[in-house]
Amino acid sequence: MRKIAIYGKGGIGKSTTTQNTVAGLAEMGKKVMVVGCDPKADSTRLLLGGLAQKTVLDTLREEGDDVELEDVLRTGYGNTSCVESGGPEPGVGCAGRGIITSINLLEQLGAYEEDKGLDYAFYDVLGDVVCGGFAMPIRDGKAEEIYIVVSGEMMAMYAANNICKGIVKYSDSGGVRLGGLICNSRKVDNEKEMIEELAKRLGTQMIHFVPRDNMVQKAEIHRKTVIDFDSTHVQADEYRKLAKNIDNNDMFIVPKPMAIEDLEKLLIDFGIAN
Amino acid sequence: MLLRHTLKEEVKREALTINPAKTCQPVGAMYAALGIHSCLPHSHGSQGCCAYHRSALTRHYKEPVMAATSSFTEGSSVFGGQSNLIQAINNIFTVYEPEVIAVHTTCLSETIGDDVDQIVAKAKDDGKIPEGKFVIHASTPSYQGSHVTGYANMLKGIVKGFAQPSDVPRDQLNVITGWVEPSDMREIKRLCHMMGVKFVMFPDTSDVLDAPQTGKHQMYPDGGTTIPELQSTGASSHSLALGEWSSLEAAKELDRKCKVAYDVLEIPIGIKATDRFVSSLSKHGNVDVPKMITTERGRVVDIITDMQQYLWGKKVALWGDPDILVPLVEFLVDLEMKPTYIVSGTPGKKFKQKMEAILKDAVPDAKVANGPQADMYLMHQWIKNEPVDLLIGNTYGKYIARDEDIPFMRLGFPILDRIGHSYFPTVGYSGAMRLLEKMLGLFMDRQDRDAPEESFELVM
Repeated sequence: MRKIAIYGKGGIGKSTTTQNTVAGLAEMGKKVMVVGCDPKADSTRLLLGGLAQKTVLDTLREEGDDVELEDVLRTGYGNTSCVESGGPEPGVGCAGRGIITSINLLEQLGAYEEDKGLDYAFYDVLGDVVCGGFAMPIRDGKAEEIYIVVSGEMMAMYAANNICKGIVKYSDSGGVRLGGLICNSRKVDNEKEMIEELAKRLGTQMIHFVPRDNMVQKAEIHRKTVIDFDSTHVQADEYRKLAKNIDNNDMFIVPKPMAIEDLEKLLIDFGIAN
Repeated sequence: MLLRHTLKEEVKREALTINPAKTCQPVGAMYAALGIHSCLPHSHGSQGCCAYHRSALTRHYKEPVMAATSSFTEGSSVFGGQSNLIQAINNIFTVYEPEVIAVHTTCLSETIGDDVDQIVAKAKDDGKIPEGKFVIHASTPSYQGSHVTGYANMLKGIVKGFAQPSDVPRDQLNVITGWVEPSDMREIKRLCHMMGVKFVMFPDTSDVLDAPQTGKHQMYPDGGTTIPELQSTGASSHSLALGEWSSLEAAKELDRKCKVAYDVLEIPIGIKATDRFVSSLSKHGNVDVPKMITTERGRVVDIITDMQQYLWGKKVALWGDPDILVPLVEFLVDLEMKPTYIVSGTPGKKFKQKMEAILKDAVPDAKVANGPQADMYLMHQWIKNEPVDLLIGNTYGKYIARDEDIPFMRLGFPILDRIGHSYFPTVGYSGAMRLLEKMLGLFMDRQDRDAPEESFELVM
């Protein structure tokens, strides 16, 4: 089984990209589990056709320590297994601890055991790696591959670079490696070239350039992935390609994060400033 | 009446625990770690945690308990405790020179998400762990489980850190002891020796927390399971895990890591549980039970038959840790006593199931509660509604004993106001004998105190 964590700046489209890619993998016949690690619990909405899911932490709070796997696992599009960690409302409690608790619980309950026959487990992680809890999915023995969703906007690239710093820390002692950048296009000038260059400087690759298409929004309103909503649409093929690239990927590296000045220079050389 | 506020009528409480029947995870982790020879427990958190956990153990064992701390400050809480822990590892191996450092986490380091596995790996990479020395670790947030959970987690950490898989099997058994006193660990070893089996027992706090006064302080006393012994557990033919709550996880880890199969048994308290332990040693160690042991057993049975009239029908309220309570309640039922109220702060659905299985015929109306809400207040309420003849539990029961004027036998953790627990066992047949002696003494003292002059007995 390959365990993959998806990181990236808040609002960049991690959950949307993850679920669309997972739909692509499921279509290829892969057995996938998605673990939403965002307190908003919206990482599996498109696969499940709505936010109906009871989160791990809600279940834990209501039922105490005696939680069963069936209580928190739902089956979504293409026989995917979907779990949401959940967490506190904004402004209270500790969301990071929530991630630690729920990932530990899933392990205890045997969600990743061989008898589940999983090909992939995806962790969809909230925004930046803001505290130790959000690094839980990349601790030793958890996710081995990371993909960072990024766009040509400065803050997204800045966040991607920061995430790479976290990966370096954990790859020192554990097995976690960066598998590539996923460019979720915002239609910035020279976006593709710039992200390819960013990837190169970080020592990795741009695994796919996902063009911007309103079809994604449309499918989202209908609580579906693009492949599920309109499987013949060109955007569906983009996600299929991304899924295929991830499935075939064999480039796993420890990233070399850039100095801020170099990052800014990259933006000036490629970006709209030029 | 120190507990005059306890109400007779039970009101359903949802968010209030009064006098909980448990303590912090790290207390258990620290105790388990002290069962390794030349081991310094290390608390990864703020200083206050470490100070409390050390004193909790010292007050019970009446021995100095050494432990180090990462001494978190505001800065460590914000930036993570990595640099503190690496510095601590360096200092400890330089200044205090243990063979092993056993790191356990605290609520704070858990909540900020410190990954001790990664930090220890980094300390190793940076050359802070000298050749031949070890740093093991366990995750022990106190907002989960109880001190028993912490003990179990550290035992699992010991297996993870030491047990080595081996193709050359050794003719020895692993005995993984649940949380019992040093005296009990000594007694379990004595039973194994009498049986003539080769074994490695861990943890082993005998000769650590009951060390003799020699006039000279020894930072690391002579006792404790040694590193070579711990490493060899992966080559053993079988593991006997004594006490599901405290030792099952370690046994499972040994099975997973080194393919050593295991049996889970009760801690050998009382006749039946000791019988099962002895039979298991006999079966897996391929030895016959020697006459010495059968004779010892016979003496206990003799006491029981002689004294049956004083034991029969006596109602008992008990509180403490599941691994002690399960075999103890079974023993009381065998004595035809009536364990009526049972409380444990340690969670686990199985507790009630096990108790029900033991009590369903003998004491069908017994009340059993466990988990964070099961507290001493509830126990006291039950007693107020329908009194019992005997209390068995840790020192915190002395308030109920005094207010309700009920004989009280101290057993479990912590015992802060009497001695004996670290020196005289409650496990094995000799432990059963001691339990009988203590209980009978209490019943008879009470009878002597309350008997009218005309029926004050000389011979009992």
